[in-house]
Amino acid sequence: MNRFAELLDRLAYEPRRNAKIRLLSDYFSTTPDPDRGYGLAAITGTLDFLHAKPAMIRTLIAERTDPALFALSYDYVGDLSETVALMWPKRETNLTNHSLGLGEIITRLSTAKKSEIPALLANLLDDLDETGRWALLKLITGGLRIGVSARLAKTALAQMAGFNVDAIEEVWHGMAPPYEPLFEWLEGKGPIPSTNNPVPFRPVMLAHAIEESDFTALDPADFIAEWKWDGIRIQASSGRDENGNILTRLYSRTGDDISATFPDIVEALVGLNGTIDGELLIIRDGKVDSFNALQQRLNRKTLSSKLLSENPAAIRAYDVLFIDGMDMRERPFHERRKALEALIKKLSSPRIDLSSILSFDSWESLELLRSRPETSIAAHDAEAIEGCMIKRHDSLYVAGRPKGLWYKWKRDPFIVDAVLMYAQRGHGKRSSFYSDFTFGVWKGDELVPVGKSYFGFTDQELIEIDRFVRKNTINRFGPVREVSHEPELGLVFEVAFEGIGASTRHRSGLAMRFPRISRIRWDKPPREADRIESLEILAAQGRKKS
Amino acid sequence: MRPSDLLIPLPAGLYCPLADLFIDPVKPVERALITHGHSDHARAGHGSVLATKDTLGIMGIRYSEHFAAQMQIAHFGEPISINGVQFSFHPAGHVLGSAQIAVEAKGLKIIVSGDYKRASDPTCLPFDPQRCDVFITEATFGLPVFTHPDTAQEIEKLLRSVALFPERAHLVGAYSLGKAQRVIAIIRAAGYDAPIYLHGALEKLTAYYVAQGAKLGALKPVAGVAKEDLQGAIILCPPSSIQDLWARKFPDPVTCFASGWMRIRARARQRGVELPLVVSDHADWPDLQRTILETGASEIWVTHGQEDALVHWCQSIGLQAKPLNMVGYGDEGEAEAEPSTP
Repeated sequence: MNRFAELLDRLAYEPRRNAKIRLLSDYFSTTPDPDRGYGLAAITGTLDFLHAKPAMIRTLIAERTDPALFALSYDYVGDLSETVALMWPKRETNLTNHSLGLGEIITRLSTAKKSEIPALLANLLDDLDETGRWALLKLITGGLRIGVSARLAKTALAQMAGFNVDAIEEVWHGMAPPYEPLFEWLEGKGPIPSTNNPVPFRPVMLAHAIEESDFTALDPADFIAEWKWDGIRIQASSGRDENGNILTRLYSRTGDDISATFPDIVEALVGLNGTIDGELLIIRDGKVDSFNALQQRLNRKTLSSKLLSENPAAIRAYDVLFIDGMDMRERPFHERRKALEALIKKLSSPRIDLSSILSFDSWESLELLRSRPETSIAAHDAEAIEGCMIKRHDSLYVAGRPKGLWYKWKRDPFIVDAVLMYAQRGHGKRSSFYSDFTFGVWKGDELVPVGKSYFGFTDQELIEIDRFVRKNTINRFGPVREVSHEPELGLVFEVAFEGIGASTRHRSGLAMRFPRISRIRWDKPPREADRIESLEILAAQGRKKS
Repeated sequence: MRPSDLLIPLPAGLYCPLADLFIDPVKPVERALITHGHSDHARAGHGSVLATKDTLGIMGIRYSEHFAAQMQIAHFGEPISINGVQFSFHPAGHVLGSAQIAVEAKGLKIIVSGDYKRASDPTCLPFDPQRCDVFITEATFGLPVFTHPDTAQEIEKLLRSVALFPERAHLVGAYSLGKAQRVIAIIRAAGYDAPIYLHGALEKLTAYYVAQGAKLGALKPVAGVAKEDLQGAIILCPPSSIQDLWARKFPDPVTCFASGWMRIRARARQRGVELPLVVSDHADWPDLQRTILETGASEIWVTHGQEDALVHWCQSIGLQAKPLNMVGYGDEGEAEAEPSTP
């Protein structure tokens, strides 16, 4: 545990990417199995402790500290593990578990019965020092938040072995902690790990946001365009295992298996015998529903038949990675597209259709489509269109976010001027700053909240807003401060958002989609902020550009 | 007499109506009593100022000699009577010259402690606990997560890192008044005797400390020293400088920051600190509790910092307590309410 705690501690303070990679490579090459594999699992977020959850940690600390003081401390520190590590009462005994390996601790925690976990964990915490407690709690609660992505950890592995990181991505999703075959392979002591899984997740290809200045260098003749749909990007696969049984999988773009949540889709994949890339949408009577409708289907533990029939899911296919075991990723987009068209036609499922290719002859004509999808053939689905994707038609399917191949060109957001009403402290990097803002617009002569956002501003702007919040607090509710919002005294934000719909969550009856603070209007008095009526018009019109 | 008749929190600062004066006013006033020289407590432009000799000396350095129309030295432990109210100054252990101010009238005694600490500090007089009816305490580190480790141990961490990376410069961010001089004194106490380099912003106050008798060893301005001569050197600078362009001219610097905030990881990360040193000039949570109990006060007023938790704790042990919600403190030194960059 010592070695792992030290690694996390050093990573947490190391801002330089290359130095992080060095620390990780050093850890992976000097720590024995199975500890390093569990360390890798912890950093890449693939460990799951069924019984040791944040709620249990809260219970343990509640038995040992004043709840009000704990709440205030947690609010201040902004991190559960760190707060508990710092507040955990010292016990004057010999430190024994210090020398326990990470693998041993994980084994104990994952084999103990649910009822034994609290005592086991308390015991471990008693015997560790602050850094050890922090590392153990981070491990159990999942989100390490030490500025290391799974990708960076894999990059460190690759660097240690002199491999390309994509080679690791390729085998990654078939493996489980403590990854001993992976390390054997990386160290030249074993064969490439075979994935018995016939339907593994394949690393996804992502697009860059296009910049105004890019267009002059790009020839429209080299590109195709598609709508960018406002759903969730998925990868769907089916294939046969060694016994000839058909397996189907639906993955999120980060490789999470979401098959269980979408039985309607999984059923439609049976005849696919390949891997496609697409957008998961709710399509009702041929019309794409709002992201809101899709959200109701996500993260559900139980699915009622009512939900399934009222919010039927579908895939709009963008691309194909495998067909009948054949890897298509090394072929250009136009070839893949032909194969995809044939595949979707053959499949002929009402749950899987094809993303249409837009016809345009100049960037100007594409701009017209992008900014006014309601005037196009897709008019009835305009609300679900986020913009356009622009893809080189000779582009190979390259994992990650390669430069120069795919671009996304989003629609311009809606803009309103809203008044800051409440501020709450942030977490992680922004803990202790008032960085979560609720803002409102005028309804009659009072302000009503219409949305909440915690980004869109620079670090310097955050300092200034934070100062404003502190100086203009009129009320405190736990971690939340009510900020002065009078016609002449308050802070106006220009808020950009992607859409607006009805909501029961806000007093205004409206909820914004993806709101962010686009400008801070220090110059504007609150009385000049927008009124609810203009938002209600937007909501009634649906997605039309203002 | 009620405590609120003796001292009232006003936007300009704590006001004593009987004597018509403010303590640590944040705006220019006719008459001011000042606990210590940090700029959020000691501001320029008052009519007359009563403070300890060193606080006046420090204000003279920061604001020029004519920072107030009239200045009067308060000697520790010697009461001064103004309009029937007794005022006396007692060491607060925070920085050189720092004082608690006792305000007493008609049998009621209030201590305005300013900022204070209980940990040892070779560069100033130790905190001298005073019995009182009402104790006004700071709460900069008023949360149970703040227990400051032994300062010598933290400095040991710095010296180990210096030994480990003899080719790198160690850039230590330290507040210019108090923290910088204390860090140097503890580095010296640990046996490190090479010259310590100073950023220009630290020179005057450090020279003042030395003139008042602080033993800080060989000190050199860092300006003009060749990059290669700074390998393995310890350089002290204001905290804001560790992320400046200025910091890049040193050989592969290890950025360190000496502050109580370094106890919280996010604070260190927000500042890009690689080697956090938990060294604080404020009382930590256990010392705030201990001090409150030692004063014997039955009523506690809590100001600048994490008021809520300390008020809660006082109430939980049967003391009357309230936050003063005064604005304007925490702009300098560790008492700054939050770090300056996210």
